[in-house]
Amino acid sequence: MARPHPNGPKPAQITAGRIGLYAFLFVAALFFLLPLYTMIVTSLKTMDEIRLGHIFALPEAPDFSAWVTAWSGACMGTVCVGIRIGFWNSVAITVPSVALSVFIGAVNGYALSLWRPRGASVLFGLLMAGGLIPYQIFLYPMVRAMANISLYNSLAGIILVHVIFGLPLVTLLFRNYFVSVPEELCKAARVDGAGFWRIFFEIMLPMAVPMIVVVSMLQFTGIWNDFLLGLVFAGRDNLPMTVQLNNIVNTTMGERTYNVNMAATILTAIVPLAVYFLSGRWFVRGITAGAVKG
Amino acid sequence: MQSAVSIKDLKIAYGGHTVIEKMSIDIAPQEFLVLLGPSGCGKSTLLNAIAGLQDITAGEIWISGKNVTWEEPKDRGIGMVFQSYALYPRMSVRKNLSFGLRVAGLPKAEIETRVARTAALLHLDKLLDRRPAELSGGQRQRVAIGRALVREVDVFLFDEPLSNLDAKLRNELRVEIKKLHHGLGNTMIYVTHDQVEALTLADRIAIMRDGVIQQLGSPAEIYHRPANLFVAGFIGAPAMNFVEGRIERASGSPVFVSNGLAVDLSGHSFRALTPEGPATLGFRPEHLVLDGVASGLPVIAGRVSVVEPMGADAVVWFDWAGQSLSLRIMGDVTLQPGDDMAPGLDIAKASLFGSDGSRL
Amino acid sequence: MHTKRKRNLSVTLALLPTWFAAVVVYIGTMFWSIRMSFTDSTLFPSSNYVGFAQYVKLFHSAKWLASLQNVLIFGVLYVSGCLVLGFLLAAALDRKIRFESAFRSIFLYPYAMSFVVTGLVWQWMLNPTLGIQASVRSLGWETFVLDWVVNRNMAIYALVLAGVWQGAGLVMVIALAGMRGIEAEQWKAARIDGIPVWRIYVSIILPQLGPALAAAGMLLAMGVIKTYDIVVAMTNGGPGNSTEVPAKFIMDNLFGRQNLGLATAGATMLVLGVVLAVAPFRYAMYLRSNRAKGAA
Repeated sequence: MARPHPNGPKPAQITAGRIGLYAFLFVAALFFLLPLYTMIVTSLKTMDEIRLGHIFALPEAPDFSAWVTAWSGACMGTVCVGIRIGFWNSVAITVPSVALSVFIGAVNGYALSLWRPRGASVLFGLLMAGGLIPYQIFLYPMVRAMANISLYNSLAGIILVHVIFGLPLVTLLFRNYFVSVPEELCKAARVDGAGFWRIFFEIMLPMAVPMIVVVSMLQFTGIWNDFLLGLVFAGRDNLPMTVQLNNIVNTTMGERTYNVNMAATILTAIVPLAVYFLSGRWFVRGITAGAVKG
Repeated sequence: MQSAVSIKDLKIAYGGHTVIEKMSIDIAPQEFLVLLGPSGCGKSTLLNAIAGLQDITAGEIWISGKNVTWEEPKDRGIGMVFQSYALYPRMSVRKNLSFGLRVAGLPKAEIETRVARTAALLHLDKLLDRRPAELSGGQRQRVAIGRALVREVDVFLFDEPLSNLDAKLRNELRVEIKKLHHGLGNTMIYVTHDQVEALTLADRIAIMRDGVIQQLGSPAEIYHRPANLFVAGFIGAPAMNFVEGRIERASGSPVFVSNGLAVDLSGHSFRALTPEGPATLGFRPEHLVLDGVASGLPVIAGRVSVVEPMGADAVVWFDWAGQSLSLRIMGDVTLQPGDDMAPGLDIAKASLFGSDGSRL
Repeated sequence: MHTKRKRNLSVTLALLPTWFAAVVVYIGTMFWSIRMSFTDSTLFPSSNYVGFAQYVKLFHSAKWLASLQNVLIFGVLYVSGCLVLGFLLAAALDRKIRFESAFRSIFLYPYAMSFVVTGLVWQWMLNPTLGIQASVRSLGWETFVLDWVVNRNMAIYALVLAGVWQGAGLVMVIALAGMRGIEAEQWKAARIDGIPVWRIYVSIILPQLGPALAAAGMLLAMGVIKTYDIVVAMTNGGPGNSTEVPAKFIMDNLFGRQNLGLATAGATMLVLGVVLAVAPFRYAMYLRSNRAKGAA
């Protein structure tokens, strides 16, 4: 009776390969989680505790004062008003930029794929090329142009810049979406007497809601996380959170307050992280759509 | 009488490629015209041009006595049904039906009456508040037909409306469309690649190939007197048998000669004077009679290779002079592969084609 | 003809802003910058053309040369690191794992964070006096060294570490989507042929994921050329020039050193770099699509 008579379901076996697989996954998970964990515990410690050099130790008594300081008292140079200014600046920049770029991108995608006007492929090609080229080549002339129309260092200016530089990706995603919409739908609506805008607002836009959500999410995280454009175009009064964060952390005089720095870092990361964790699959759909079809 | 739809010297070309070359066709009021052909023959392009969804290169299109060549689709007095149904996905059936009327700005009461009438006609009453995603394929296509009907226009265009349905639904809806045509009496132009649909629905069929109409005629004409080899081979399943040979005039009456076969053609009605020279003899599987000797017809003897029983009838394939020919018989067959047979050919029903492929 | 023109007018009007962005902003500013690179502009644009003088100066600048070398090392290691780790993670998750979605969320969340945040977190973890090094030493391993951010020979690898941490999840998601798209029947066929699992991944799955992984690699490579935020946040180019990168060199010369001619020359080289990186990829795609057309 070395081996039981095979009968019924095959008994489950735990193989060495399986154990190795889980070991790999757990080690990887540890690597990916460690920075988040470190950020959180550091932000809850006092500076005295941090000076002990036990970066991974749990705080003896969680202390939220670093969070309060980060939000409303952390200093950039000599100004100590906290990162909250940057937070609201980022909100003011991101929300209209996302709304505008998604709307224009949707119109572009719809017009390019379902109406195919003269020059459509040229325009699309230009946009895609523009999306690949490093911003550095555009920056200086853009600054001068914006200054000429009095939009440099203004909220409207940075929004305009985000919309313009967001167009390639957003247009690409919407074009790929509308290409998969049967052309007959557009034809049927034309027989019914609807024109370009009517078809867009009454038929295409309601249909594209899932895509709008995906693209908005992608644009939201992208614009919220932007550093370069905000640094160059926003102006001192409108600096986004990422720029303020970097200023707080990297331009401190005297001893660095690591707990405040980490609290400010978490505060900056929390909005895109919330978008990511709340939207889950949508975000994943967005980045895969953007990557695979780019 | 005035034509319902009239196409004059139509040419459509894009990207340096001519899809339709100088086509003219007149469609009578209340006529059911089917455009039939293999994919890529230009039939859908022609339908889209009639609808105003396809820009044309040259020519004119007239609908109900009006030159609509430059009109927008909505102003042409047409309704259209598409292969993919093309229902507006985020609108209920009711909204789908009324969208065109709302765009046109019709009074609410009028819209409601028309939608109700159409829904009743197509048995859509209970489905009016559903979304397209909640409908079966057959129901969706009925909504698509309804969307054309509510417009209350003279001409309906169908672009392969049944191709996405399974065989059973296709048969049901085909009958429904035919009833609709009888009841409404509108002009209908119907594009398909399915010859059964064409033969059962059409008053006239236009068979197209490479943007040119090969033959325009009633289903019976097309089936029994195909104008050329292409039409003969395209219509009918199994396909027409073709035997290549020569027409000779040995002793007065013309004779078709091929591989020891000699068929007296005096019973065949030629279009013009009997020519001599190379020709192709075409006959359908049902133009062969099982026992040729007894019926006194010219015999094409061969050996059975395959028997395909189809229920009501059966197709017998046999080898003759190195080629495979088919024969249709009603009822059950007792023949087995390997049996010898000597069927006779009813030459009066057969077709003859000249070396250019056109009917003699 | 009247209505037809009206219909086209709507389309044209709808696309007008985008045409403007494409032609004026993208093309216009690019040519403006390229033109500047042939002048002796400093703080303000000048129209005194000096030929390739700025380019000569650029390639005699130790900082620029260092930044090119850095971005090359960083790029190769970062892209290959993301691809390898991402593919391994995807393959592991593809093996019918428990808590798959939890693992997936963990591997991907860094991708939602900005480069600034990424840079600052890793800067803190790698801090030699209070970070991982101090922690490990206090456990008893007195000679443990992890001083990458302050060591000029190692600082670039600190950037790679942080970059891979941030970007590997993207490759994982793309590879996993590709693996899930592979027909189940191939797995059945391979199982009947008795092919070991690792062999299936290497010989059957990997080749089929080629285009998707190439696209992901392409995306990451584009990011490499634009690398700026993470460097500013983590090392600010130092120690010395050990983590200088071209994008940062250009920004410093544009807005810090007021050296417009040199900066635009650098930017032009960057664009050239993108063209050189993209052209073979696009050409391969073009050839493939042509072959597909020929086969059809």
